[in-house]
Amino acid sequence: MDLSYSKEHESFRREVAEFLRSHAKEAPKGGAQRSPEALKWQRLLIEKGYAARTIPKEYGGFGAEPDILKSRIIAEEFAKAQVSSGLGGQGISMLVPTLLEMGSEAQKREFIAPTLRGELVWCQGYSEPGAGSDLANLRTSAVLDGDEWVVNGQKIWTSTAHLADWIFCLVRTEPDAPKHQGISFLLFSMKTPGIEVRPLIDMTMNRNFNEVFFTDVWVPKQQIVGARGEGWKVANSILRHERGSLADPNIMSSRLNALIEVLKRETVDGRRVIDNPVFRDRLMQIQGRVMAMQANDLRLLSAQVNQQNPGIAAMIVKLQGTELRHELEQLAIDAMGELGLLYGDTPYLRDQGSWQHQYMFFLGLIIGGGTSQIQKNIISERGLGMPREPKVAKA
Amino acid sequence: MEFGLSQEQVQLVDSLTRFLKDAGGLDRARKFAADDEGRAKDLIEGLAQIGIAGLIVPEAHGGVGMSFVDAALVAECLGHGVAPVPYIGASVLAPLALELAGSDAQKSAWLPRIAAGEVSIGVALAESTGAREGAGVDCKDGKLSGRSLFVIDFEADAYLVADRSGRLHLVAADAAGLSRKPLKTVDTTRPTGELSFEGVKAELLPGSEDGRVLRRLIDVGRVMLAADTLGAAQNMLDQAVAYSLTREQFGRPIGSFQAVKHMCAEMAASLEPCRAFVWYAAHALDALPAEATLTACHVKAHLAEVGTFVARTSTEVHGGMGFTDLVGLHYWFKRIGFNRQMLGSPESVREEAARAQQLVA
Repeated sequence: MDLSYSKEHESFRREVAEFLRSHAKEAPKGGAQRSPEALKWQRLLIEKGYAARTIPKEYGGFGAEPDILKSRIIAEEFAKAQVSSGLGGQGISMLVPTLLEMGSEAQKREFIAPTLRGELVWCQGYSEPGAGSDLANLRTSAVLDGDEWVVNGQKIWTSTAHLADWIFCLVRTEPDAPKHQGISFLLFSMKTPGIEVRPLIDMTMNRNFNEVFFTDVWVPKQQIVGARGEGWKVANSILRHERGSLADPNIMSSRLNALIEVLKRETVDGRRVIDNPVFRDRLMQIQGRVMAMQANDLRLLSAQVNQQNPGIAAMIVKLQGTELRHELEQLAIDAMGELGLLYGDTPYLRDQGSWQHQYMFFLGLIIGGGTSQIQKNIISERGLGMPREPKVAKA
Repeated sequence: MEFGLSQEQVQLVDSLTRFLKDAGGLDRARKFAADDEGRAKDLIEGLAQIGIAGLIVPEAHGGVGMSFVDAALVAECLGHGVAPVPYIGASVLAPLALELAGSDAQKSAWLPRIAAGEVSIGVALAESTGAREGAGVDCKDGKLSGRSLFVIDFEADAYLVADRSGRLHLVAADAAGLSRKPLKTVDTTRPTGELSFEGVKAELLPGSEDGRVLRRLIDVGRVMLAADTLGAAQNMLDQAVAYSLTREQFGRPIGSFQAVKHMCAEMAASLEPCRAFVWYAAHALDALPAEATLTACHVKAHLAEVGTFVARTSTEVHGGMGFTDLVGLHYWFKRIGFNRQMLGSPESVREEAARAQQLVA
């Protein structure tokens, strides 16, 4: 056991901290992803190697050798300084890694650089009304007509569809093949005729999702990633990516610190909530669980550095991380009591209503990206070697 | 940056696990309880041969001089194997107290014999983490009076005793004025008992005056108890999965029902981070002094909660058989229960965690 960093990594940490000290003023303060400040900041981060760090230079990245500890140091220092670590979104976090692995040379050259710079915003067309946990059951079809695919069907839970320029989309191209082998991965512009986007308001009362309808949408034949019928394989490599990224330990610990401040700040009958032993015990239970997940995260990091398979320790992160965050947010609401109910523009509102918002938002994350129940299937089947539930014969 | 087990540590776990299995595993624990053996000589000698008795004793005093991470791995193995042997008191806390607070003469008198497995020292400090039944020990003019309950590794040649002011003393088991009374708990693998002192002559550990060594012992003891629970709970989870794959109902293994799979997944999901947490807390004892007390409190409380959940859930997966003595799952269940209460219940340990961060007014 040795939790210290090498000289090289320590000096890299100082370098990042120094950059943040001298440039933090230029960073955008939340708000729109496409603001001129945000795009300028993103270009600076790529140039310095703090964003798109390991993406090859010829595709618009910084071109560094992968070094997990350096990536971790960047994340830690940006979190500590509370400075925007650049643009996110499904194009950068999911499509770019997929294209690097599965895309054609032409696709890499056309799409990766503008995506990294924030000039090309993507949405993800996976889930459908009849294809949620059973994603491979999707029915949106694409039929080849000459040199073009003709897409018909409907997607749902499509984040940022109303802001996106393009979509990466799973469609059924081989209706007669077994369900996992009949899917293809298409890329197309959201401005293509025949696409209709309708907002889907979630329980936080925000437009985090949309429904997207396709009626005879014509897509050039070469805008397919991988071969016909390989879409499931392509999609799965990035679903794994998504699950791992949902439980950032830096955010968890800053949220825990904020929770402690809430319990110290809020009073009932003039007495601080933290002085109530019942609340204090709940806080300590949450802190213990957060510490367990942080230790687990260190184990995963070390396994990654040493190229070891972390096994179950990685499979449980999405399940445990989202459940724990949901409960952490709930404790703050309970500590505030009636004040914890306040939401929107209203007197006595605390922390811009963020506790209620995150409490509800994390219930969404417990469900999205593979529900907790699906996670338990994965843990028991792949982690513990238990059998799949037998299929029920159709009546 | 390296947060995982070394090759040597993996070997330590392997050889200890093999030794305990060859020694009879659960059957050995049953025999220990049935025969009222007091001390399992074969196991104690075998462990001394592998170097467990002197694991944390410095090499200068005949030990192996290993880290608390190693000590926690041993505790984990013993919990995994429900091993009826003295360890946390006799092989960890007692030698640690001598090393940190003993005079040179005390160190040379005791540490080599501890490392050789020749003497076993019980540890009486339960009152320092919460006195029950009005117990407590006072020291006046070098003589102890009072009572101490729930002595760890009770079957011993001598005792390390904490008095009310936090000082530590050594007392021979046959000292005049000392009487011993066994206390039977649900956990038959680790005998405990009560010591009553009536003006018993004791040897003060001179470095223990300010109470700091006692607090260190409590931190270390808590991490070891958590590690024992980790091993016991992992075994219970593995047994539940194995049983679910062989037991059939409604024409298929019960492990193919989602209800059962999800119980097992929930056990794995809550237990797996505990492994890294125990490593971290043990490493903090070795190398991160500023965090050591807080992580010791939290790992103790967290493992108590997760251990209790796993103990109950694994028993339920086994159905009626889990409830029987026939399968013997209850040996692990009770071991986890023992670890939960010793050196502070989860509630009281969490309160200490809050105190350690100045969150208690």
